[in-house]
Amino acid sequence: MPTLLRQILFPLIAVVAAFIVGGILILLVGDNPIVAYRLLLGSALSWPDGIGYTLFHATPLIFTGLAVLVGFRCGLFNIGAEGQLYVAAFATAWVGITFANLSAWLLVPFCCVAAILVGAAWAAIPGVLKAKFGSHEVINTIMLNFIAVALVSYFTQYHYKVPGDPILETSTIGQGAHIARLGRFIHGFPERIPLNVAFLLALLCCLLVYIFLWRTKWGYEIRSTGSNPSAAEYGGISIGKQIVLAMAVSGALAGMVGINDVMGYHYRYYDGFSDQYGFTGIAVALLGRNHPVGVILAALLFAVLQHGGIYVDGFSEHVTKDIVQVLQGIIILFVAAESFFKYMSSRLGLNRSAKV
Amino acid sequence: MRDIFTLALITSTIRLATPLILAALGGMFSERSGVINIALEGKMLAGAFTAAAVTYAADTKLHLGNASPWVGLLAAILAGLFIAAIYAVTCIRFKADQVVSGAAINILMLGIPGFLSGAFFLSSGSTPQLPKEHLIPTTPIVIAFAMVFVSWYVMYRTPFGLRLRAVGEKPEAADAAGVSVTQIRYCGVLLAGALAGIGGAYLSIGQSSLFTRNMTAGRGFIALAALIFGKWRPVQTMLACLLFGFTEAVSIQMQGAVKLPSGEDIPVQFIQMVPYVLTIIVLAGFIGSSKPPGALGIPYQKEK
Repeated sequence: MPTLLRQILFPLIAVVAAFIVGGILILLVGDNPIVAYRLLLGSALSWPDGIGYTLFHATPLIFTGLAVLVGFRCGLFNIGAEGQLYVAAFATAWVGITFANLSAWLLVPFCCVAAILVGAAWAAIPGVLKAKFGSHEVINTIMLNFIAVALVSYFTQYHYKVPGDPILETSTIGQGAHIARLGRFIHGFPERIPLNVAFLLALLCCLLVYIFLWRTKWGYEIRSTGSNPSAAEYGGISIGKQIVLAMAVSGALAGMVGINDVMGYHYRYYDGFSDQYGFTGIAVALLGRNHPVGVILAALLFAVLQHGGIYVDGFSEHVTKDIVQVLQGIIILFVAAESFFKYMSSRLGLNRSAKV
Repeated sequence: MRDIFTLALITSTIRLATPLILAALGGMFSERSGVINIALEGKMLAGAFTAAAVTYAADTKLHLGNASPWVGLLAAILAGLFIAAIYAVTCIRFKADQVVSGAAINILMLGIPGFLSGAFFLSSGSTPQLPKEHLIPTTPIVIAFAMVFVSWYVMYRTPFGLRLRAVGEKPEAADAAGVSVTQIRYCGVLLAGALAGIGGAYLSIGQSSLFTRNMTAGRGFIALAALIFGKWRPVQTMLACLLFGFTEAVSIQMQGAVKLPSGEDIPVQFIQMVPYVLTIIVLAGFIGSSKPPGALGIPYQKEK
């Protein structure tokens, strides 16, 4: 089978298989899977709300998907995108509040740099710990997620909350830190839909990540470290340096979620704003076969599900929006156990050369 | 600082450590056999939801009365085993990446309880309240602490324990000695499912009287942290769970901030961070070294 076809075919089979398992679950609880799936997928296609909100939901997922991808390409599993985007979003808001009086020409870049640098720095911690002490990045990123959430919740509650506000959120950022919503440029696309220029930034990042990983020396060294660390070391690549660099780039990408949410949507740091973006990023990267183009497609799929979940909740009798997470979990399981499909196809005699 | 060490605090420490001990001991069996277990959180959620839902059903539909929480506990063990079986098949039979499948299980189990409670109880993710007399507030505590010593005995004094440790450390050598790596790993992962299931059940039908959305709130990960902090050994792991239970008890009792004698406050968020910071420090080898089992996370490929 040609490589490109296989790259597209396996994720597609995983998605279809997950929808079949999900459909059986929906049948078991007494609802009609076709009706539920029509609500889940169909609502994303309406103009302008369906498409606008789907692209808005896809934005953070592209960032976190890319973040997980860069880690994977270096042989690292960054489960910490969730923590990285929290500290980065808070840092974005902090700059937006502290320098609220600056003009937009200065404040927008300042806020973006804060998001990128703080995300990178937070992710570099497990990178350094792995490079220096050999401690597993999976454990450390999980631990740092909890530390990040506690830390930003402390700063929000004790230092940056408007007194008397019952919600755990900071005061608002300066006008100069707001970035434009796409409604301003597109005729007939209302500005109430929070889709903003961060979406374009996300697409740009896909291109940049591709160039970085496949067209630069740094990217080559990161990928060599990921595919065969001992050979890379023998070839004169410093593994430790690649690990820290890959984690920092990964964290920078995760941190850009803060640009979308703080500068384009809430205009403040809102505690608990992330809808599991960091974890969904794992699913996005895996389903997208760790390729930037795949990440865009996978992020769109999960964004469609996320948006459709609201309609499923409202209009179907038994099925709730939890079906979205159920489908996500099953999709990752199927993608992870790729050899399951090889096994099935060899059992069914479809592919004689397949070995398990 | 003086009035922190009250009797209430000690009992609350023990109660909060119980689910951690159960899950962490489960994780120990799995990880000592060489299978990473970041899916403890998902298994606990499965146990917590099943226990509450089945206890409710046994009470209202089957009229089992006082026997219903025991049926619920049994069902929670089965639910933990079921999830563990899915995990085991993907990781061991199909050699999937253990961390990826673990993350998948966790995401799946964030959705399944809400999905099922929406369907069966028409609620948004919680089960109906159970009457107080149909809860089991003490038995799981006894099970947890008894399991510490049972685990120690199994791990260090039985042939099974020896094989388990060998498979986790040097699977090739164990295989050459005639031990089935696959079988031992299945046992390890399934034990983790059963114990994490009990740990989850204690949350919903022991400590409280219903299942609520995402009720484990990261306890599966704290259990994992305790396992690492306890250097993958039963007694040390129990002590780590007690320490982490204590930090949680303090942060609940102090409601906001702990007053130091000097009059300064320690915000509760910093107390909540303690287990995670300690784990990172220990894993980096700053306080003694915590070395994971040699073959942790590597699928075993038998030589042909």
